[in-house]
Amino acid sequence: MSKKINLVFKMKQEILDILKRYNSNRARLLDILWDIHNIYGYIPDEALPTLSEALNMSKIDISETVSFYHFFHDKPSGKYRIYLADTVIAKMSGFQEVLETLEQETKCPFGDTDVSGTFGLYETSCIGLSDQEPAMLIDKVVFNNLTPKKVTNIITQIKAGKTPLEISTPKAIKTKDVAYIDNLVQTTIYKSGPVFFKSNTNYKSLLSKCLDFHPLEIIDNISESNIKGRGGAGFPTGLKWQLCREADGEQKYVICNADEGEPGTFKDRILLTRSPKDVLVGMIIGGYSIGSDTGIIYLRSEYWYIKEYLENQIQELKNESLLGENILGSSFSFNIRIQMGAGSYVCGDETALLESCEGKRGTPRVKPPYPIQNGYLGKPTIINNVETFAAITRISEKGGKWYGAMGTKDSTGTRLLSVSGDCERPGIYEIEWGITLGEVLKMVGAKNAKAVQVSGPSGECVSAKLAENRIICYSDLSCNGSFMIFDETRDILDIVESFMHFFVEESCGICIPCRVGNVDLHNMMKRIRARKATQKDLDDIVSWSKIIKSTSRCGLGTTSPKPILTTLDQFPEIYKEKIVVQKGSLLPSFDMDKALLDHDNAHKELSNKNATNE
Amino acid sequence: MNSVIITIDGKKIKTTKGETLVDVANKNGIYIPTLCYMKDKPCLGTCRVCSVKVNDYLISSCTVPVADGMVVEVENDKEGADMRKALIELLFVEGNHNCPSCEKSGRCELQAVGYETNMMVSRFPYRFPVNERDYASDNIWLERDRCIFCQRCVEFIKDKETNQKIFSISNRGSKSRIEIDIDLADKMSLEQVAEAADMCPVGCIINKNQGFNKAIGKRKFEIETVRERALNTQKNSKTT
Repeated sequence: MSKKINLVFKMKQEILDILKRYNSNRARLLDILWDIHNIYGYIPDEALPTLSEALNMSKIDISETVSFYHFFHDKPSGKYRIYLADTVIAKMSGFQEVLETLEQETKCPFGDTDVSGTFGLYETSCIGLSDQEPAMLIDKVVFNNLTPKKVTNIITQIKAGKTPLEISTPKAIKTKDVAYIDNLVQTTIYKSGPVFFKSNTNYKSLLSKCLDFHPLEIIDNISESNIKGRGGAGFPTGLKWQLCREADGEQKYVICNADEGEPGTFKDRILLTRSPKDVLVGMIIGGYSIGSDTGIIYLRSEYWYIKEYLENQIQELKNESLLGENILGSSFSFNIRIQMGAGSYVCGDETALLESCEGKRGTPRVKPPYPIQNGYLGKPTIINNVETFAAITRISEKGGKWYGAMGTKDSTGTRLLSVSGDCERPGIYEIEWGITLGEVLKMVGAKNAKAVQVSGPSGECVSAKLAENRIICYSDLSCNGSFMIFDETRDILDIVESFMHFFVEESCGICIPCRVGNVDLHNMMKRIRARKATQKDLDDIVSWSKIIKSTSRCGLGTTSPKPILTTLDQFPEIYKEKIVVQKGSLLPSFDMDKALLDHDNAHKELSNKNATNE
Repeated sequence: MNSVIITIDGKKIKTTKGETLVDVANKNGIYIPTLCYMKDKPCLGTCRVCSVKVNDYLISSCTVPVADGMVVEVENDKEGADMRKALIELLFVEGNHNCPSCEKSGRCELQAVGYETNMMVSRFPYRFPVNERDYASDNIWLERDRCIFCQRCVEFIKDKETNQKIFSISNRGSKSRIEIDIDLADKMSLEQVAEAADMCPVGCIINKNQGFNKAIGKRKFEIETVRERALNTQKNSKTT
């Protein structure tokens, strides 16, 4: 008994220390929870009263945040938590064998922990390694190109007492060096162009040049480039910065959206690994332009292995007086901190990201007001994608006119494609906007391509044949960077069903159409695949898709039906083939055996009872 | 000075710039159904039932500040009307809404809006989920079968002393669940409990002491429909 009291006392002390680290600031709840999670492997109930008192939040309010995020657990979740990415690309590359081997080796079923509490096995959405699947995280360490043999080896070593870090990384490699990341994952750049991955940038002279200009001149230069935001929505960056600069408020914020969650995308990971200072300097320029002294990088927790490297890059800039107080002797000060996410796709939506940055569940906000007026902590905020900030650095170096001359009229410059799936060379490609789909397929060595999922599940699935001449740009085939290729052997409907499962898992649940409707779309896809759907079911799924698309609150719900709608448009025959005609009075989807199961069971139970009574 | 003219269902309406569309419509005798919206409270935007066509684009009217020249279609847009109805139908399959045995029947906004949108049966498959009730607090019975996640209680019913949340939503997506903080709930005054129960648009937050204060068959029902109430409130607020 006294031992238990001691433990509770020790926990209280530890939590008070953590709270002190963040000045008991409730906006830092995600950091506080991560620190607790890192000690205990979950958020114990016993921690809630201390947190509640210090943060002036009710216990259920704290649990609201804890339970929202995939990587937070509220009960013991194993000493080592293994998260296997269940993406469609992984499923094309030996996912099932890896999953089974993990279960065998750990003696643990997925979604649970083993008896000894050593392992917890969980599936997770895309972790940004589509060019090297199957891949898994063991907490903060990542393992790629998995095979049953590799998995057996890893688990055996853990059982022998080694940590995931020791298994993956030779002692000589420091976690703050790029060698650490390079040792864990591949960063394959097949084609770089004029904008990204330049190694010869003189950041000091660039920033010094920028600080000589008036902020409005910098914004004018960006506007002249006509660059549009690279998160996918395509809002003109220059205009966003100008509006934020004009917005009332002393305190303003710059946020870099590094929550790269769109399945199939990994370009931001590569940028943060190969050109982190392009991104950081882009943020500094943003801070100078809008009049802000604080930047936040919202980094998805799947990329924890990049964090220390990134912090080291921030420190290097500070050492050169390019970041921190009075940058290069000027009156302009700017600091950047990293905010770790905790596993939620919807937090890639800019207003959900703001909520998450403030330590809340990632519910996309009602708009208006927009972040430029009412963003982080209610202050005017610009939120831009990693790629946008990196491009801004190059635009500031080479000029808006130079950048604007590339690409097409409505989509200027270049963009990074994360190519994965059935092709010879999966990896990163910098392309000039205006290239056709067919040209990309040729470039990456995609033979026998049947379909391409452009922009991930929230984008379009197009036929490689029908869309061959479509142009990659905002006004035709818009692309947020994700480019997944499927050849003739792939089951498109299986992929669609996986995507619908993804949206069901990732919906925040705040609005009716997305929370409820996506479940129905997912179920209907299962029915179609099982050859139990009629033409009416097919008509229904189209009309339901339209309802969800038109009435949902944020981009997740307005795009979630797109896997169904776009494949139905491009490949109607694969749906028709599955459709059956109703025979007799029962719907094909009606399962008579299942319907009678309860009755049968009750009957059995009753006869057993009677037998024992006699 | 800030006066603007908008068109709703072909009718020209003079109003003030920045006013909320749903209010303007109701004030002018055009009913738009709502479930989460409460006039004079911050917009929640969770139910989407007030979605109407604004300049050819469907959008929830509780989030739209009116602007000059706006063209709005409510009843005239049959597809939009059907979508509003579909959202109500989704709620009926997501939870277990058994009106005849519900304490809130007759005063339930979901039920009323179901009638207003002419819902007969849901087009979506019923799920009959199994939900756990929470009856641990002294005065509140939480009937999770009926929660529609409008967030009214989460945002507007707070602990008087600390302003902490008494209600919250745990998990996410289809696993979302309404939660109640028992300690704080037990601190609530009976007036606040009544306020929470009244504010709940469905029979999820039930006042334990007077759930069936009138037996079924003996209850007096609202004589005003939600439509009349919405339109009347607006008229009244116009004159005051």
